[in-house]
Amino acid sequence: MTSFFQNLGMSYEAAWFTATIAGILLIALPLMLAVAMIIYAERKLWAAFALRRGPNVVGPFGVLQSFADGLKVFLQETIIPSASNRGLFLIAPIITFTVALMAWAVIPFADGVVLSNINVGLLYILAISSLGVYGVVIAGWASNSKYPFYSAMRAAAQMISYEVSIGFILICVVLWAGTFNIGGIVEGQRSHVFGFINAYAFNPLLFPIAVMFLISSMAETARAPFDLTEAESELVAGYQTEYSSMAFALFWLGEYANVLLMCALNAILFWGGYLPPVDWAPLYAVPGILWFFAKILLMFFIFAWVKATVPRYRYDQLMRLGWKVFLPISLFWVFLVSGYLMFTGHFA
Amino acid sequence: MIQLVSFYIFASIVIASAAMVIFARNPVHSVLWLIVAFFNAAGLMVLIGAEFIAMLLVIVYVGAVAVLFLFVVMMLDIDFAELRAGFVKNVPLGLLLAIVLVAELVLGIGAYQAGAVKLGTPEVGVATVSATVPNIEAIGALLYSKYVFLFETAGLILLVAMVGAIVLTHRRSHGTRGQNISSQVQRRPQDATRNVNQPVGQGIEL
Repeated sequence: MTSFFQNLGMSYEAAWFTATIAGILLIALPLMLAVAMIIYAERKLWAAFALRRGPNVVGPFGVLQSFADGLKVFLQETIIPSASNRGLFLIAPIITFTVALMAWAVIPFADGVVLSNINVGLLYILAISSLGVYGVVIAGWASNSKYPFYSAMRAAAQMISYEVSIGFILICVVLWAGTFNIGGIVEGQRSHVFGFINAYAFNPLLFPIAVMFLISSMAETARAPFDLTEAESELVAGYQTEYSSMAFALFWLGEYANVLLMCALNAILFWGGYLPPVDWAPLYAVPGILWFFAKILLMFFIFAWVKATVPRYRYDQLMRLGWKVFLPISLFWVFLVSGYLMFTGHFA
Repeated sequence: MIQLVSFYIFASIVIASAAMVIFARNPVHSVLWLIVAFFNAAGLMVLIGAEFIAMLLVIVYVGAVAVLFLFVVMMLDIDFAELRAGFVKNVPLGLLLAIVLVAELVLGIGAYQAGAVKLGTPEVGVATVSATVPNIEAIGALLYSKYVFLFETAGLILLVAMVGAIVLTHRRSHGTRGQNISSQVQRRPQDATRNVNQPVGQGIEL
């Protein structure tokens, strides 16, 4: 895109700057729209799982429900508790929202269509997602209220526990792909299994960690069955209890942008990203971005499915799963995968 | 141009937030300013082309260490009046420290002005920044070949520290009852419930 703006007669730096801003808008604005639609889709899915109708009043089939909700929230009064820490109270939702958008900078939507093609793309995502916990912790502390504070404690412990095993899982993938660059990881999956399937997940050695990554990503985004941070039977609404109006909406948007990001990561790391499922020439006629979106939506369906059907974990079960099950298994799997790759001379 | 502007932005934010760490009244604010400082220092690392170090800085310090800081500081019940009460008592020690630091700074800058110290010539091929080889490959190639024993030793020391911390803090408490996960997992519905087809008007025997 930089060269396009250069052709308009700008200097390289001005063109780069304009192209980057345009790229950010091109990602962020459709993402917001996608979040609104995905909330609608998820509510419809839960309704279907529970034999209900779901939103069906605003617009045809209720598709405009999320926009109506957004407008309602926008018109509400922002209530700031008098005992809260005012500045931090308002910064917290902004952090959550910004961090959820930042990680999309390194996601390749199609071959070469990426805002920032950096060598350490996967580490960047890990770094940014580790920032996500601050929004929740600060919100919980700044609210100066008991339930949000409990929720912040839970969130911090939960996100740190699962980030450890996510790190090991990513190392397995990186070992196989030989690069931290996300585009490189997608390309590494081209005709990976049996010479024609474009996905790491069908590799018998990587399938177990693909499942573990799916579960960990649910825990990382604090989705059901791991939504201990906003368990309404214990903590009212968790860290969002004191929030209203746009501040609340920012948490909401950020959470769903994070869920979409985790779906995209699942699709990229294990299901071939923008590549078609099998390496067969006619399938490449469909643009890569459509394959990528289809995979994201499939992952999102699984997320919604789990949320609709699996009961919430107890907190000690959550911690046990993270530290006593996932951590040893993923550590062993790093050993296993690197041993296999060493044995077969993958690095030669 | 962009590099220069971003350098000054990152550098000034690092310095300003480092100052705010000290000046902030509330310790939680101090920790948050510290996080801002870490984050912008990572930006500086990216500017000199050390993207791997930058990401590690964010992942390790911002993502893990600072969260623990925040965790501890948030839990503290701090009495600000009491904090300020100790000020007069600690002034002499603080002044002494400040004088030592200023002397060291003056000495360091003076020595730097006098000319760099020759610490031996660097060997060829050590830690050169290359545009084609990614950071991670360059660091890995060096770490796992030339410095492999030092690297392993560092890992061993960390392991010992970890074990030591667990040994020091782990206490087997008597009289508390923990969860027995395997018995919970093995429990089946028929162990806890039963279906009865009870005639109307008769109570259920428990």
